[in-house]
Amino acid sequence: MKITPEEVSRVARLARLELSEAKRELFVPQLQNILSYMDQLAELDTTGVTPMYGPVEHTTVLRADEVRKDFTRAEVLSNAPEEDGRFFIVPRIV
Amino acid sequence: MSELFRKTLSEIRDLLATGEVSALAVTEACLARIEATEPKIAALLSLQAEAALDQAKALDRQGPDPAQALWGVPLILKDVLTTKGVPTTCGSKILENFVPFYDATAVAKLKEAGAVLLGKANMDEFAMGSSTENSAYHATRNPWDLSRVPGGSSGGSGATVAAGQCFGSLGSDTGGSVRLPASFCGIVGLKPTYGRVSRYGLVAYGSSLDQIGPLARSVEDTARLLSAIAGHDPKDSTSVDAPVADYVGAVQNAKDLNGLTIGLPEEYWGEGLSPEVSEACRKAVDLARDLGAKTVPVSFSTTRYAVATYYIVAMAEASSNLARFDGVRYGHRTKEAGELLDLYQKSRTEGFGEEVQRRIIIGTYVLSAGYYDAYYRKAAQVRRLIRRDFDQAFEKCDLVAGPVCPITAFPLGGFTADPLQMYLMDIFTISLNLAGLPGLSLPVGLGRDTGLPVGLQLLGPAFSEDRLLAAARVLEAAQGERPWPSAV
Repeated sequence: MKITPEEVSRVARLARLELSEAKRELFVPQLQNILSYMDQLAELDTTGVTPMYGPVEHTTVLRADEVRKDFTRAEVLSNAPEEDGRFFIVPRIV
Repeated sequence: MSELFRKTLSEIRDLLATGEVSALAVTEACLARIEATEPKIAALLSLQAEAALDQAKALDRQGPDPAQALWGVPLILKDVLTTKGVPTTCGSKILENFVPFYDATAVAKLKEAGAVLLGKANMDEFAMGSSTENSAYHATRNPWDLSRVPGGSSGGSGATVAAGQCFGSLGSDTGGSVRLPASFCGIVGLKPTYGRVSRYGLVAYGSSLDQIGPLARSVEDTARLLSAIAGHDPKDSTSVDAPVADYVGAVQNAKDLNGLTIGLPEEYWGEGLSPEVSEACRKAVDLARDLGAKTVPVSFSTTRYAVATYYIVAMAEASSNLARFDGVRYGHRTKEAGELLDLYQKSRTEGFGEEVQRRIIIGTYVLSAGYYDAYYRKAAQVRRLIRRDFDQAFEKCDLVAGPVCPITAFPLGGFTADPLQMYLMDIFTISLNLAGLPGLSLPVGLGRDTGLPVGLQLLGPAFSEDRLLAAARVLEAAQGERPWPSAV
């Protein structure tokens, strides 16, 4: 798969990352190199193979839907860059 | 009682339990050793000396407790595990000021067992790397040769244990991050079966691959640490509710390898292996045969696709897991945000290092519309074929043996310019994580050319940790005493 500089920028935006011109220049050939290497998987015939997304399969862990208080509000807010004792504060959206 | 730091965890534990040494004396010995060696190896990201001394004094006042398996034993943990009230950076600037308000389950269990936590160990940022050079803070140096890397991503854990700064450590292993530093630093490292140890409080990299695992200076030490942290945890839905074996008993009762069949995957023993690694590992396999084991050839035909498969899965999961770092609830927030999208982008771009950004971008790419089937879904299919290779091998043998890494510890800066070359180093360790199975890295001597430690890997079926540890103990005992790192 050939990856273009525009595509790298588009994907970076999807990932909420800004790419400087210099970093894009560094990344494009590196990503190209890595993706070309990954392309070798196409050689393998995987027709009919069920994907394995994790080692623990066929289990759904359920628990009772009970109200619990594991942490206090003060704890949850304790690492916030900006808060008012009740909420996380972010720049105005609307 | 000089040089307490040279004892193994099991030895120091016994001395503590019988009251021959105090918890304070042991903690002070470790702190002195840290002072002497840390300027050389830089294994740590933070040191909680005062808290550790206070804890040791409190333990001494209370007296040895036979119910606490690690009473008074000083440990240092990889900085990827959340520790209540103690900074947890994951080797990243984005978490520079993060102080968790809860302990990871594995950390809580160590505390319940009476361990003294001295500090947090350096690592590749978010566990992404094989050399610990990707730490946003500083590189760590190998205690055997200060110009070389300790391996990664749990390189701080490997170096701190090898140098005698503490008696054991916990790391995390997503694609070899416990086994590789154990191998490069000449100590024992174990990656448990997926689900054996709770991941609650382990900052996620690749959720379907990550496992917490112990690093220590002997097989019995490793068994003791695993015993303390293994078990089901309702807080981790992937933790498995299976009985925990008696790991320490398995190690103590291990006498020979009679009746054991060891599989040797041809793909792990062929070209690409450095002569010194090949030689040391073959010698260990010969020793296993002398001790009663039978060896049979097995095939991991998917090996040549393992690196590609692994990095697609790991990067996809990383891009999703690391979406949580957005500058809103914790972690770095940019000072220059106008609106919300800006806040996300600038906080993440300022906070994440280069390798993390590279992996997030590739992970996002392989999950994005139009590429998902060709990369992510395809990799998940190959993953099942990799697992099948293991299942078929374990029909013919009890354990599989192979080298941990094709080479011994490499010089700092050796691979930083070419990320793909660094990824290829993981060829022998990553299949195990994709399959979700356990593996142990055992030191098997020093390489003839570099004089650096070589690690042999023993891989087993799900929940065979007791078997791995027992076999490793028999080999360890037959090897005789291990040399101490030459550069510290």
